[in-house]
Amino acid sequence: MPSASHPSNALTDLADRPSWIRSVLGHPAVTAVFALALVFTLGLLFPGNKAFYEWLNRRDMLDQAFYNWSTHRDALRLVSISGILACGMTVVIITAGIDLSVASVLALVAVSFSVFCIRWNWSAWTAIPASLLIGVACGGVSGVFTAVFRIQPFIVTLAMMVFARGLAKTVSGGMKVSTAVQQSDGTYGNVDPPGVFSAIDSQILGGNVAVVSLILLACAVVTWVALSRLRWGRYVYAIGGNEEAARLSGVPVMSMKIAAYALAGLFSAIAGLCYAAQEQQGDPEAGLGYELNAIAIVVIGGTRLMGGHGGMGLTLLGTLIFAYLDKILSINAVPEASRLMLTGAIIVVAVLVQGRRR
Amino acid sequence: MENAPLLQMTAIAKRFGTQRVLDNVDFDLRAGEVHVLAGENGAGKSTLIKVLGGVHRPDGGTIRIDGRPVAFRSPREAAAGGVAIIYQELSLVPSMSVADNIHLGRERSWRGWMRYRIQRREAAQALARLGLNADTRRSVGSLPISIQQMIEIAKALSFQARILVMDEPTSALNEPEVHRLFATIADLKTHGCGIIYITHKLEEVYRIADRITVLRDGRHIATAPTGEMPAPALIRHMVGRELTEHAGREDVLLANRAPVRLAVENLTVRAASRGARSLVDRVSFDVRAGEIVGLAGLQGSGNSDLLMGLFGGYGRRASGAVRIDGRPFRPASPRRAIRHGVALVTNDRQRTGLVLGMSVTANVTLGSLPRVSRGGWLLRSRERRLAVQTTAALNLRAASLRQSVATLSGGNQQKVVLAKWINTRPRVLLLDEPTRGVDVGAKQQIYQLMNEWRRAGLAIVLITSEMPELLMMSDRIVVMHRGRAVTTLCRQEATQERILHAAMGGD
Repeated sequence: MPSASHPSNALTDLADRPSWIRSVLGHPAVTAVFALALVFTLGLLFPGNKAFYEWLNRRDMLDQAFYNWSTHRDALRLVSISGILACGMTVVIITAGIDLSVASVLALVAVSFSVFCIRWNWSAWTAIPASLLIGVACGGVSGVFTAVFRIQPFIVTLAMMVFARGLAKTVSGGMKVSTAVQQSDGTYGNVDPPGVFSAIDSQILGGNVAVVSLILLACAVVTWVALSRLRWGRYVYAIGGNEEAARLSGVPVMSMKIAAYALAGLFSAIAGLCYAAQEQQGDPEAGLGYELNAIAIVVIGGTRLMGGHGGMGLTLLGTLIFAYLDKILSINAVPEASRLMLTGAIIVVAVLVQGRRR
Repeated sequence: MENAPLLQMTAIAKRFGTQRVLDNVDFDLRAGEVHVLAGENGAGKSTLIKVLGGVHRPDGGTIRIDGRPVAFRSPREAAAGGVAIIYQELSLVPSMSVADNIHLGRERSWRGWMRYRIQRREAAQALARLGLNADTRRSVGSLPISIQQMIEIAKALSFQARILVMDEPTSALNEPEVHRLFATIADLKTHGCGIIYITHKLEEVYRIADRITVLRDGRHIATAPTGEMPAPALIRHMVGRELTEHAGREDVLLANRAPVRLAVENLTVRAASRGARSLVDRVSFDVRAGEIVGLAGLQGSGNSDLLMGLFGGYGRRASGAVRIDGRPFRPASPRRAIRHGVALVTNDRQRTGLVLGMSVTANVTLGSLPRVSRGGWLLRSRERRLAVQTTAALNLRAASLRQSVATLSGGNQQKVVLAKWINTRPRVLLLDEPTRGVDVGAKQQIYQLMNEWRRAGLAIVLITSEMPELLMMSDRIVVMHRGRAVTTLCRQEATQERILHAAMGGD
């Protein structure tokens, strides 16, 4: 029917049109980019206090300054493991869930991977898939309990967090699985670290980029593709945005949710591999508290804990903010105690800024 | 002339946005009487009650209690002023004890320390007044609904309420429980309370009412003692709503010989809690290709539950034999229903129809993503094309298909929902209030779409609380009352009076 004949339509048109300025300013990515720029500016202004280091007589620290690429390389290397965990966390949070078990699964996989490679001398081609499978299984179990038995994800993953940590200690026998191996004659001797450990822990492109940072990038790309290019990703947003509407639209809510937690488990496993490689051992206490780093990164990026909003791009920005904030404070010799307090404050500010926008 | 009535509401007006919900409504209540407030869904009864109870502030008019003007700004103030409202959804905290519930918000305490013994004693006294002897330490949730209702009344009375409002209090009760409730009401009357009673059951009206007031479209229509308003007069007052704009249902000569698309036999939907009345109780009907069957019924009649059950939304709680084009279909899940060509437009698009944070495109294609993806990958250009096509066909107006549906007007949001379902290529279309909260222009367009779909051979089941709309669009009308299909009327014999009479349980 000709719409022009309906004067009421003109009115609804007007009401429907969003102000593009508001929509651009309101976009969470803008806030995150702005925050990152702010952090970067801080870094440029306080690139590491030269006089301070000279006074300390730490000439080596002078190289650590913000204008030096190695600083950036280290910042990105240090944040990589938390960043990888944050990839999975993003997906789970978009479904309006949470995964507290990521760090424990990381430890379990780190220990298992070390056992496979050091004690059992498996090749990387067997050890890596087996380790990843452990992570996927842990995530899958969490997913089943959340989606099928409808227990709150907080409780389920809290249980998995405790359980996986215990399993890690069982597998390792309560101690670190290191390259110091008991010989047949009862004495301890060091074996060479497996090649795959050194490969993951190395730096390429003339020593300018850490391999773990590239792994983070790969995880981020995979997550981004899954969320924005796959049917599954659309379902993840729909479930988080309005689970009942999604169910009534024929979305297979259960299997999609299980897949989300399994993916988080997979990324935890990848992080576990990296952790073991960096430490050259499997520590059952590995990554204590990292799940909170991952949640902090997601939140700082601007993904809302209520679900249905956000994305991998935001989490990547969050990762960078998190990384640089820490690095800039450390090169300016701000003590760790203050750094922790500042990080806490920044999380609150990030959420406040988001809340204001709504 | 007697002295001032217990409650006098004069020229009460209330609008929501541009919609006038109450238009100069007068209402009064005397001490010791039961005053039934009658009207169809959406007549303004609930709004009037909420104005009285301090939930809504009136835009105009005055409320006097015992001749003194009052202006309640919150339910708490209203309670303090002697007005107690017992809503359909009970407002008790299921996990807390009976005594704690009765004292909720005005706990007996001494310097911050709870005085449980006093609370329990007072609660027991309040219950005893209603002839109820329950353990006040038990949690409310563990008691049957009828007892919960009594506790709610006891709570109201412990506020020294003199004006008691009951909104369909018997909808969850069985006959002995109803009996006990009515005995309680009779007792309250002798104590000088005034009771405003809302019900959709004719039988109850004439069992309990001293006076009846009828509202229609937010206006006061009539008030009379029960003896002067027999059932036919009551129903005549309730109906006679005009459709704001007469619309075009083209009179398609319905091929009565068209094949039966949807055949429903003995469909039953069990209630979620054990022992409660079934939401839908052995309902049978069928719909031919190209036919619109209206499903009439007042609130709580189970007509919406019937559609939800048919769509698989209640899972295994729904049972019965359903056939689509002759092939048996078990409504076990929405996913299954969609695969079998059933689509349901729910009656609450914001809560169950749309994912508000997502774009128009994402919502329009949510039910049919397999059509626009290959091997799990979304084909974005194909998705966009599908969205453009369907939104154009439905004349949906949005600045951009990428904008969030939350920013659309009600009519356009509804079109997004319709577009989503048309994209699933349904054979059976279940429409639950498809024109609720949309403007007149959009309403017209939705009627036209329904005509198009029936011409295309869809079987349509329609629920609408606007009686003229139901009469205009339906080929046949099935009337439901308390979960059962009580009568079926064909287009020629259906009138508002007959439908309402049947929907209120009249014979």
